[in-house]
Amino acid sequence: METLESTKLEVIHPMEDVLRMDRIPHIWCPGCGIGLAVTAFSAALEKANIDLNKVSIVSGIGCTGRVAGYVKLDSFHTTHGRAVAFATGIKAANPDIKVVVFSGDGDLIAIGGNHFIHAARRNIDMLVICVNNFIYAMTGGQVAPTTPLKAYATTCPFGCVEPPFNIPYLADSSGAVYVARWTTLHIRRLCNSMTEALHKKGFSVIEVISPCAQYYSRINRLGDGLDMMKFYHDNSEIRHGEDTKNLDIGFQGKIIVGKFVDRERPTYMERYTERLAQIKGAKK
Amino acid sequence: MKAVVQGSHVLMGNHACVEGALAAGCRFLGGYPIAPALEIYERFLERAKEVDATFIQMEDEISALAAVLGASWTGKKSMTVTSGPGLSLMMEHLGLGVMLETPCVIVDIQRVGPSLGMPNRPSQGDMMQARWGSHGDYEIVALSPSSAQDMFDYTIKAFNFSERYRIPVALMADEYVAHVKEEIIIPPFEKIHIEPRRYYDGPHNGYLPFKRDKNYVPRMVDIGKGYRFHVTGLTHDDRGYPIMNEECQEYNVHPLVRKIRDYADSIVEVQESNTEDAEVVIVSYGGTTRAALKAMAQARKSGMKVGSLKLVTVWPFPEKRVVELAKKVKALIVPEMNFGQVVFEVERCSHGYANVIFVPHGEKGAEHTEDLLAVITQAMQENIVRDGIIEYT
Repeated sequence: METLESTKLEVIHPMEDVLRMDRIPHIWCPGCGIGLAVTAFSAALEKANIDLNKVSIVSGIGCTGRVAGYVKLDSFHTTHGRAVAFATGIKAANPDIKVVVFSGDGDLIAIGGNHFIHAARRNIDMLVICVNNFIYAMTGGQVAPTTPLKAYATTCPFGCVEPPFNIPYLADSSGAVYVARWTTLHIRRLCNSMTEALHKKGFSVIEVISPCAQYYSRINRLGDGLDMMKFYHDNSEIRHGEDTKNLDIGFQGKIIVGKFVDRERPTYMERYTERLAQIKGAKK
Repeated sequence: MKAVVQGSHVLMGNHACVEGALAAGCRFLGGYPIAPALEIYERFLERAKEVDATFIQMEDEISALAAVLGASWTGKKSMTVTSGPGLSLMMEHLGLGVMLETPCVIVDIQRVGPSLGMPNRPSQGDMMQARWGSHGDYEIVALSPSSAQDMFDYTIKAFNFSERYRIPVALMADEYVAHVKEEIIIPPFEKIHIEPRRYYDGPHNGYLPFKRDKNYVPRMVDIGKGYRFHVTGLTHDDRGYPIMNEECQEYNVHPLVRKIRDYADSIVEVQESNTEDAEVVIVSYGGTTRAALKAMAQARKSGMKVGSLKLVTVWPFPEKRVVELAKKVKALIVPEMNFGQVVFEVERCSHGYANVIFVPHGEKGAEHTEDLLAVITQAMQENIVRDGIIEYT
């Protein structure tokens, strides 16, 4: 014991410069995938080699909504569903800031669905990371706009009867310039995708399929977090460039992952400043 | 300074509001179009290119105020403009603005409600919503302009209050004042008092976003300056980290109330005329002040001692002045373009010392005085104080 005491080392977390270590332990349950998404994101922030003082992260409400609180950037934990709108204000007021919205499927696609499609349409330069666990987890397992048909949730005790949103298809058809989907098992590919998207100009969306071992898996008897990761291993298929129409996820069905969209469109602020300059020039 | 167009102009109230905003340093407008506030957008856009201001039309009023809050954190003075139906949608982010202590201005051109009501008719039906509309405990500052000149002046005041106390401030105008075209005087830039944002200037690693100064107001930093701060709409400590217990609720939220309540005396502003010898005082705000002043002048001509108390700030409510006057006069007459909102505050603060007579001014418009004159004549003859609010019918 004596030797242990005397050799006590100052242990520094490798992600200390991008995570708020004074907030650890985090609130996520054992088996949850959000931590993996944050790990991938932290690594991407370092790999992207960008000025982190100029990156701002905005979250909404829910389990994933807590991410902003753990990442050491100018970070905002805002209202339910409105993270994209809040981030739009930041970007429009100061285009030098790289804005990241990190939130969940319920937050971004249900209550925040309108802001999501309009920011995509305008092509606001921001990266949206949507962690999709198929359920409202923080409130205890209610049905989400992503819950697959027939899956159970506390508010659909006879199985889900609403067809879910296909998030990449929604993003693609609304005008996003970069759309990818990975599961939390594809941690290295997810990290590469995030790094790439951090440099992408325009509305970029990365969907992260993540296990909810506490609610989604328990209600649907899918085992623990590890079992769900095994399921991803056996049932996900990488198909880069796949038409986003084909990316529906059925209950315990195949999950197609990859980078589906990577295109160029002028961003909102590019169009805005260009037009303003034209008008000003014409006046002179 | 292109932002301040010094001199005398004939401007519509809504246009004067834009000039006030630009003079105050506003450089971001996030909004969603709604009658009768549209002229504010149009003029702001016209002027934006001259002063490098940014405008974004969002998908609804919820996102409009969300964008304004985001923009404010980049260091740009920001505002949004709306009317009743939009103000209803903004209540969510009024709360977030209070909790994140984010300076911004919400201009509400009140129209008749409830619901869609009449888009192009004046009303003062949002006064209580501005005060109590968002959930939880908070205090708000709201100003009520009654002329085009006020639209200019009070917009500047609104920005100054929002920066001093780090709160959303409401400019509660009405359709009448928004569309009235009048001469306004814009003073030179040097003569306009502009409250700067109070920034934290200590070391980067020592910044606590909610560490309060003596006046309960914390200091701000801008996004992108390397402070790497966190803020949340959850109950939080000085670091901006969520803490879920009663002690933190008291620690966090009580100062939100106290920073306004304890300083109400320095915020409250009223304009009085003829109150020294008045037997009856008309308490009014916004568009109805125009009728109140007219009625007062007409009554004075026929020998009735009538005074006027115009509420420049409706929130916080000028409690002290109202009770002082109540002790001196027979009656306080409160005309409002609604079926009774601020009159409840007048009654509360008059503590039974004087009759409180409510005049629903409604559809008749801001310049109508017949009903007021009839009430004044009646009130002058009344010698007993009656319980509760007396409603003029």
